[in-house]
Amino acid sequence: MISKEEVAHVADLARLKFTDAELQTFTGQMDEIIGMVDQLAEVDTTDVPETTQNVLLENVMREDEATLVTPRDELMKNVPTEKDGLIQVPAIIDKEED
Amino acid sequence: MDYFNTNIDQLHKDLSAGKLKSADLTADTFKQIADKDKTVKAFLALNEDDAAKTAAAIDAAGVDADKVLAGIPVGIKDNIVTDGLTTTAASKMLANFVPIYDATVVKKLKDAGMVIVGKLNMDEFAMGSSTENSAMQTTTNAWDKTKVPGGSSGGSAAAVAAGEIPAALGSDTGGSIRQPAAFNGIVGFKPTYGRVSRWGLIAFGSSLDAIGTLTRSVRDGAHLLNAIIGEDERDTTTVPRDPEDLGRNIGKGVKGMKIALPEEYLGKGVDPKVAAQIEKAAEQYKAMGATVETVSLPHTKYAVAAYYIIASSEASSNLQRFDGIRYGYRAKDVKNLTDVYVKSRSEGFGSEVKRRIMLGTYSLSAGMYDAHFRQAAKVRTLIARDFENVFKDYDLIMAPTTPTTAFKIGAKVTDPVTMYMNDILTIPVNLAGLPAASVNAGFVDGMPVGLQLIAKPFAEATIFQAAAAFEDANDYMQQIPGGQN
Repeated sequence: MISKEEVAHVADLARLKFTDAELQTFTGQMDEIIGMVDQLAEVDTTDVPETTQNVLLENVMREDEATLVTPRDELMKNVPTEKDGLIQVPAIIDKEED
Repeated sequence: MDYFNTNIDQLHKDLSAGKLKSADLTADTFKQIADKDKTVKAFLALNEDDAAKTAAAIDAAGVDADKVLAGIPVGIKDNIVTDGLTTTAASKMLANFVPIYDATVVKKLKDAGMVIVGKLNMDEFAMGSSTENSAMQTTTNAWDKTKVPGGSSGGSAAAVAAGEIPAALGSDTGGSIRQPAAFNGIVGFKPTYGRVSRWGLIAFGSSLDAIGTLTRSVRDGAHLLNAIIGEDERDTTTVPRDPEDLGRNIGKGVKGMKIALPEEYLGKGVDPKVAAQIEKAAEQYKAMGATVETVSLPHTKYAVAAYYIIASSEASSNLQRFDGIRYGYRAKDVKNLTDVYVKSRSEGFGSEVKRRIMLGTYSLSAGMYDAHFRQAAKVRTLIARDFENVFKDYDLIMAPTTPTTAFKIGAKVTDPVTMYMNDILTIPVNLAGLPAASVNAGFVDGMPVGLQLIAKPFAEATIFQAAAAFEDANDYMQQIPGGQN
């Protein structure tokens, strides 16, 4: 059984926040999903290697050539707020907690 | 122009002979969309002005006889980025996102002369099996507007099946091309992992995602897939291969082909009427000279569990980039930087996306990694080995694409586990990275049934060969929603 507290902890790790009612619903659903995935424990995987990719991954090298980068004006088109050509974000230090 | 009565080869013949203008074909496409999309609701964005310009330029230059896709309209799933055209992945998170570049597949379609018509609805970030998880609108099945179009490429499938467009691109992480193709009675093709570049595809599960095609016919599918394959220096998981025509075996029949029918794909949970339709297809293949034998893929029942851990873990990592800073939704009334992240993500993501981020974060967290992620990755190896064993003796695997035909809108959306089981017959293919297609195998109670054809890695040509033989032996693909034909 996964507890509401554990779900709240996972939410914190994932940078998500839920209301108490949402947390209740999610806990029930997570518990059901984890119950479904727990059946993997019955598979004997002794000496079985893990598969994380289906293609042979190799390092790919290329010449270190200077190329034109995307112009800043283009990149700024999707930035929610900007100031003087820089991405604007709220202050990192939370003054209210000082 | 009625796309049900024609195909890309015929359109190309008319375009290159000057009997048809791409400008007229494109204008007519937008008329079809204006008419039919009122009920289908497949499109999220239309590219009307740009498409008209492209079509006019193609007409002015003339259509080359060997450029089979030139001047033909195409739709793009909304998780594939398009330069200057809104791309939302059906999420509030990206509601106003306008990419500044084209995905490799989009660039390739443009190079082939295709006319990009617009962006198609989907489950948010491709997470879902019904397109009900879209933050934008609910698309309906082309055959019955009370039913789901499937997902996550539900918009792509419904728009093609309804005759709004001749072809579309989709993406398939656990069946998201094949399942909606099955639900809408069209051809959906998921290529081998690494065959098509994922550069410009908004990532869900990076080791599973594949871009593929949705078309009215098998031959159309081969044309479209041929245009998008190939190594891409921007995606290091693309595999270097010499150029090849994936449709080269179309028309050769299936005499002598060895086909396997896995017993696990016709067992418990599969609607007996759906199973009967697939058994009928097996008899047809035998009559055409193939051998069809029952085989076992013993780890099939663990595929859904392994998939949800692996896909969700990869998703939780991929979706970290949505932090409200450089692009996408940013919450208002925030006090500090952590607040920007947490509020933007909590308000921007829908509940299915949050559920998967949570499952993924949990599976990768300290204390859970070995029991969850590592075990799932090992079971994935066993599932891939099951396929390898069968492909030692067989050219092809045939199976139903889905356990049932399309279900009612709202029927499963509140029950995640039941919804996840819907993909049990398509998921193993993604875990093993194999190519697979779904073609229309007839009807049960008026709704299309999907026949899934699976081959070994890079044997797409075998699938097209067998799919075309089946298509030619039946009139299922000519039957259309509303029964006008």
